Amino acid sequence: MKPAAFDYVRAESVAHAVDTLAGAGGDGKIIAGGQSLMPMMNFRLVKPSVLVDINAIAGLDRVERDDSRLRIGALVRHFMTARDPIIARHAPVVSEAMKHVAHLTVRNRGTFCGSVCHADPAAEMPMMTVLLDGRIHAVSSRGTRTIPVLDFFAGSLVTTLEPDELVAAIDLATIPEGMGYGFHEFARRHGDYALAAAAALMRREDGRVKDIRIAVMGVGEMPSRIAAAEDQLEGTELTDKAVGRAVAALRAAISPGSDLNASADYRRHLAGALAGRAIRDAWSRAKEAVPA
Amino acid sequence: MTTAKREISVIVNGLRHSVLVEPRMLLSDMLRQELGLTGTHVGCEHGVCGACTILLNGRSARSCLTLAVQADNAEIETVEGQGTIEDLGRAQRAFRDHHGLQCGFCTPGFIMTITDILRNHAPSSDDEIREALSGNICRCTGYEHIVDAVRELVREKEARP
Repeated sequence: MKPAAFDYVRAESVAHAVDTLAGAGGDGKIIAGGQSLMPMMNFRLVKPSVLVDINAIAGLDRVERDDSRLRIGALVRHFMTARDPIIARHAPVVSEAMKHVAHLTVRNRGTFCGSVCHADPAAEMPMMTVLLDGRIHAVSSRGTRTIPVLDFFAGSLVTTLEPDELVAAIDLATIPEGMGYGFHEFARRHGDYALAAAAALMRREDGRVKDIRIAVMGVGEMPSRIAAAEDQLEGTELTDKAVGRAVAALRAAISPGSDLNASADYRRHLAGALAGRAIRDAWSRAKEAVPA
Repeated sequence: MTTAKREISVIVNGLRHSVLVEPRMLLSDMLRQELGLTGTHVGCEHGVCGACTILLNGRSARSCLTLAVQADNAEIETVEGQGTIEDLGRAQRAFRDHHGLQCGFCTPGFIMTITDILRNHAPSSDDEIREALSGNICRCTGYEHIVDAVRELVREKEARP
C-alpha cells in the first residue's frame, strides 16, 4: 500500500467534519478533491491519523455573489470554476487563469479552496486569492474566523490554518465594471505547474492608469503583489517606457529559485515578460471611466 | 478510530461488488488486486501520467489519487467495460485504426479520458483535442496517431443526429 495507515471518516456536515478533526489531536487532514493531498500521502510525505472526507457534505459546491464579493465553497471543483457564469462575469481574470489549471481529469476533482490550502507557490488559485484580496473562512469546533489572504500564506506549501480548521469557503473581490485584466503563464506542458505567471488589473482614468494591481507566482515562496512595479504605473500613461520601468522594477523585486525546470535568471526574465503582456492586456481591456 | 478493513459496495462496469478494504487502499489497487481488473494500469501513482484514469460517477478520475473507500456506493467504469477483443469499443477501434498505441501501457488511461471527452466535452480543433489529452502521457507514439483517433471520434459524434 502506498499511503501509511489512517482512519477514514466520511463527514455528513461541516460540524461533523470539524468535530472529527478536533478529535484527531492535530493529526487529522481534510480531503476534498485530493489532487494535491493524495500524491503527498502516496509518497508518505503526509501521514494523517484520520482523513476527513468532505465530499458528501451538501451545500459546499456553490459560487455566490454578495455585492462586491464572490464566495467560493469548499467543494467548487476546477471544472465548475472554469465554467461558472458568475465568476466569468464578475472575476473574468479567474476564468482566464483557470485555462491553465491542471488537466481535464484533475479538474474534475480538484477544488479552488483545496488548491489555496495546499499553497503551492506555482498554482493559479492561490495567486488569484492574493490578486483579489481573498478572505479565507475557517471553521473549527472552537468557532469560525476569517483570515485575510496576506495573513494566510506563510511560505511554500505552508499556511496559518490551524490543524483543527476546515476552510468552508473563500471570498474574493469582484472586478468592477470597466476594470481591465490580464493573465499570462508559461509552463513546460499545458496544465502543468507554471514556471512563472503574472496577472494585472487596472482602470483607465483621463488616459492614465488607475488602481493597478500586479501579481506574480512561481518566482518566490508564495504568490505576491509587486508594489514596486505597481508604483511605476499608477497615475501614468501606459507608454512602452512606463511598462519597461514596471517590468524592470518587478524583476528587481523578485528572487526566484533555480530547479531542474528553470534557472533563477530565466524565471526572472519570464516573470517580467509575462507581466508586460498582462499589463498591456489589462490596459486594452480597461474602459475609460465616463465622468458622472 | 480504526484503520481496520471495512466493507464497501461499488458498481464496476455495471456489476455490483462488495469489497473489504483498508481505508488506505487506493482505488487503482482495489480494482487490480481485489477485483482482478488489471486493465487499469498504474504508472507514476501520484497523478501525473494518467495511466490509471477511470470514470467515477461518469467523470474521469485518477484512480491512484482516489481511495477505494471514497468510491463506496459509486459507479465506476474501467477499460474492461469498453469492449472485448472480439467486440472493441468505439475508442478502442479508433486507436487500432489509427495506430494509436505501440506498447499499450498508457492506452487504458487514454481510452477512459477519451470516453469522458466524448461524453462531457466538445473539443473541435486539434489544439482543443491536445489540451483535453494533456493529462495522459504516452512514451511511444508521439501523440500524432492518438490525436488522429480522437479527431475521428469527435467528427463521428458530431455527425450523429
